[in-house]
Amino acid sequence: MKYQSQKIALAYFAVALGLFLIQIIGGLLVGWVYVSPNFLSELVPFSTLRMLHTNSLIVWLLLGFFGAAYFLIPEEAEREIHSTKLAYLQLIILVVGTLGVVVTYLFNIFEGHWLLGKEGREFLEQPVWVKVGIVVAALIFLFNVSMTVLKGRKTAISNILLLGLWGLALLFLFAFYNPENLSLDKQYWWYVVHLWVEGVWELIMASILAFLMLKLTGVDREVVEKWLYVIVAAALFSGILGTGHHYYWIGSPGYWQWIGSIFSSLEVIPFFGMMAFAFVMVWKGRRDHPNKAALLWSLGCATLAFFGAGVWGFLHTLHGVNYYTHGTQITAAHGHLAFYGAYVCLNIAIFTYALPILRNRDPYNQVLNMAAFWLMSGGMVFMTFTLTFAGTVQTHLQRVMGEYYMDVQDQIAIFYWMRFGAGVVVFLGVLLLIYALAMPRREVISASASVAAE
Amino acid sequence: MSETSVFDDLPGDLMIWVLIVSELLVFGAGLATFLAVRLTDPEGFALAQDMLHRTGAGLNTVVLVTSGALAALALHLRKAARRGPARLALVGAAGLGVVFLTIKGAEYAAKASAGIGWDTHPFFTFYYLLTGFHAAHVLAGVVVLLLVAWQDTPRNIEAGAAFWHMVDLVWVLLFPVLYLLR
Repeated sequence: MKYQSQKIALAYFAVALGLFLIQIIGGLLVGWVYVSPNFLSELVPFSTLRMLHTNSLIVWLLLGFFGAAYFLIPEEAEREIHSTKLAYLQLIILVVGTLGVVVTYLFNIFEGHWLLGKEGREFLEQPVWVKVGIVVAALIFLFNVSMTVLKGRKTAISNILLLGLWGLALLFLFAFYNPENLSLDKQYWWYVVHLWVEGVWELIMASILAFLMLKLTGVDREVVEKWLYVIVAAALFSGILGTGHHYYWIGSPGYWQWIGSIFSSLEVIPFFGMMAFAFVMVWKGRRDHPNKAALLWSLGCATLAFFGAGVWGFLHTLHGVNYYTHGTQITAAHGHLAFYGAYVCLNIAIFTYALPILRNRDPYNQVLNMAAFWLMSGGMVFMTFTLTFAGTVQTHLQRVMGEYYMDVQDQIAIFYWMRFGAGVVVFLGVLLLIYALAMPRREVISASASVAAE
Repeated sequence: MSETSVFDDLPGDLMIWVLIVSELLVFGAGLATFLAVRLTDPEGFALAQDMLHRTGAGLNTVVLVTSGALAALALHLRKAARRGPARLALVGAAGLGVVFLTIKGAEYAAKASAGIGWDTHPFFTFYYLLTGFHAAHVLAGVVVLLLVAWQDTPRNIEAGAAFWHMVDLVWVLLFPVLYLLR
């Protein structure tokens, strides 16, 4: 660790991993409700469990991004973070907000209250006071990292990371605008949801991936930056108007069907670019970095993001296809592998890279960490396939044959059982991963592990 | 390790080529989709096409290609260190871009007064999407040409002219497919 303030990342990563565990437990519970629909229905309804599952995912990914920024900005800017205190204050605000959300959801307190009660929009259910807290925390964060970069060395990686993080914070402001008209409500809702995960988050992803490639493969910064610019250009070019693929059936004018279909088809390109980038860098790289697990997660991230976000997204993005598949388990299949590949793997890659450095030890427990990668990724891929099959059958029975929703659900129960099994495997993988990341055991894997980690 | 590849032999900046290829993919996909949808209703498409103003569009083709030639000329002039004439050529190219937009605007106005909108017929959905997107690029191109006339390094002019040629090229593809193809 070159800079003391990089230590901030440790606290962020720890909280992120805790929430990750909560997210997966939530996922297991929701998965069980699918096979046993009355499970917990009196105590915590499905909708609340699902809310916890999705919201804790978003929050831990954000905490991971913040932590990643606090870890890599000092190295890129070649100076300490502007204010360590502000960074911890930001974390405290986010943790208080998160706890507030969990309590509000679980006990549904302050129902209907404009400030304290949960709001109705999917993924943006947080009470207004928590949303305000998120904005305050984001402002503190942006001030802190922007000041660091402004006073230090400016690199393409830190510039793109900042661009992504600024975009993330500014787009979140649309969460406060909730028009009465349902079509307009949805239109602006996607400004947050789509322009996050298929817009600015891709900038964050590309820049963190570029940082990892730079460190792990030893390829020249100049080469990495060229790739980074091309990927980011492709992401913004396709992603912004790609928002149109959410406007097919919400009451927007029909031309969105063509704009959405064409631009969102091109959204495959940046994900393909990131996969090509990661592999080309590894092939060209001279450095035999001892942290093999971080490299595995990085390559896994680029590959699974290409399949989950790119291929599975394209699968149902054309409006002629989406007319039939909209809101079926096909969407769930895409959502799971896309988030896992693009953002979960990315966060774990930077955790795996940074934690040994932050805790001042050699890369340790590589084998367990890599086993966790295969367990988690294997589980997620299996889950994606079962949901894809479920969605295909569902689409045919429900949308083509016109059978009733619940009748169809009964017929695809077998897939939900398999999905639950896949979820258990992912859960075991997560437990193993957290153990491998957190437990202070040393383990020398091979002779090359004696090369100093950077 | 330095990466020497075919990309290094590209004239101008790599990023402008990334943009050009992306744009061509979008317009290419748009045209291909138009042709595919046209197969479902050839007669309706032919009838709708007859309502377009072919002469105006033909004139616009001449205007835009001439403008492209001026932009190319500007780069040659600038490389020969003749900055004044180069700037003049760029402003001329931008001016012809404005002429294009004026003729296009008159065409849109005539359609609107005839009660034709984007949802009159699928033909017009594509007509407005493709020519509308293209007109937006012409507008952006005019701004770019004026910008590089102001900041007139050869590198800038080359990037601006490359973008402008892409706008040209797209029109030369749109014109026959939308206005002429029977």
